[in-house]
Amino acid sequence: MLYVNGLSVNYGVIRALKKVSFVVNKGEIVSLIGANGAGKTTIMKALAKLLPLSDGAVSFGEHDLSLVPAHNVVSLGMALVPEGRQVFSSMTVEENLRLGGYSVRERHSSELSRVYGLFPRLRERRRQPAGTLSGGEQQMLAVGRALMSKPELLLIDELSMGLSPLLSKELMKSVQSLNADGMTILLVEQNAKAALSVSDRAYVLETGSIVLEGKGKDLLGNEQVRKSYLGG
Amino acid sequence: MMSQFFHHLILGIQSGGIYALVALGYTMVYGIIRLINFAHGDFVMIGAYISIAVIPFLSATGVPLWFCLLISLPLCAFLGAVVERLAYKPLRRSPKLSALITAIAVSILLKNLAALFFGSAPLPFPNTLDLPPINLAGISVSAVTWVTVTVSVAVMAALEIFIRKSRTGLAMRAVSENPDAAVLMGINSDRTIRSTFVIGAALASIASFFYCSSYALAEPYMGTMLGLKAFIAAVLGGTGSITGAMLGGILIGIVESFTKAYISSQLSDAVVFVILILVLLIKPSGIMGKMQREKV
Repeated sequence: MLYVNGLSVNYGVIRALKKVSFVVNKGEIVSLIGANGAGKTTIMKALAKLLPLSDGAVSFGEHDLSLVPAHNVVSLGMALVPEGRQVFSSMTVEENLRLGGYSVRERHSSELSRVYGLFPRLRERRRQPAGTLSGGEQQMLAVGRALMSKPELLLIDELSMGLSPLLSKELMKSVQSLNADGMTILLVEQNAKAALSVSDRAYVLETGSIVLEGKGKDLLGNEQVRKSYLGG
Repeated sequence: MMSQFFHHLILGIQSGGIYALVALGYTMVYGIIRLINFAHGDFVMIGAYISIAVIPFLSATGVPLWFCLLISLPLCAFLGAVVERLAYKPLRRSPKLSALITAIAVSILLKNLAALFFGSAPLPFPNTLDLPPINLAGISVSAVTWVTVTVSVAVMAALEIFIRKSRTGLAMRAVSENPDAAVLMGINSDRTIRSTFVIGAALASIASFFYCSSYALAEPYMGTMLGLKAFIAAVLGGTGSITGAMLGGILIGIVESFTKAYISSQLSDAVVFVILILVLLIKPSGIMGKMQREKV
């Protein structure tokens, strides 16, 4: 579904990604793990076209992403839950969700009730400005907002950052249930253990390159991964 | 005594409505790209000259003269889009100061184009609102006044609903709050920014119609003072806030009218500028201005 071949991204003169290649197949949960600054968020931003691709080919389904302007990516069926949630804090929860469905021109009622079904707390707070939500609720809103565009592939950048272990677990479960309903997911996580245990496959990034790939369960048991990312 | 007071109040709301319509253009553009569009006041002047140019044709064909607004409004809106495309869009990623200087340049250019085509002497603006005055609680209110007040309030209410409810309004608020996240929603920020300029210029042409209807003159520099006062209204209301611009405009109009009536008509401009200084000293964020909270 998503093919990334030799992707490089430069920040000015600094090469943040060096010829990264990976694949996400339909129906999978794939995660990218790695330390801070390894290039995970850069990959996500490049896929959403928020950063220019310096080199390499990225295709989503039949579309060559290098030809697609950033504001058209979501209508191809690929939605990003950005790092730091980036909800519209002065707008209400429901307005945020309506914006999530901006690319879908029809009425959003069935999508809305699906999101509220997944995150009932958002329904309770739907008239509240998003800025007044807790961190966990904002993350639910960011995920829900991405779902409003009916994506086939959901990109999630740091699902569990800054959240309590309990909340992270709850959100990971929601992600798994979305996947069980047929949604393909590409997950970027600093919490490697949580990510690997829900992933079909995973890639390990180090300073802008992929150094390791494998099944989620295999990587959990991998000596090198345990040492570097799972705390021994 | 009391009827005098109400009469000045209504006149204040009349000019306040005009200021508010112009202030909206400043505040909406500022809200979305943080640019003080100094050329905005000149769209009032452009609207006036478009009307003056088409009114002879209207009167020759027997069409009601206020139809000139139906021509100047879309033309002004279109010109708003052209100016945005040519002058401001190329500077989207440049320092704010470049865009600001460009805005001043556009303003000078528009004034000089008008002087070139229409001459720098004031031209008479014909009476386009041939309606009877109405009687309101014992005061006779002229047609220009009551039409200005009613229409500007109605236009502002419509704008408020448009910004709150419509797809484009939602997109405008999203781009203004977080442009990066707005792109992720599939919002074309260039198009959204352009619609802001279009709406601003359209509102300026409505303001222009009412302004000319009460002052009956058009000249190349008419947009300067009016634009400045509307800008002060936007600052008073809280730059970036739509409701604030409406409130600020009407307040400025009322203060000006009362100053003319009870203090001195020569001091009315000065009082408006004193308001600007006071706002900047006491509450720079304006009446409806949001506190800019910094996240750590």
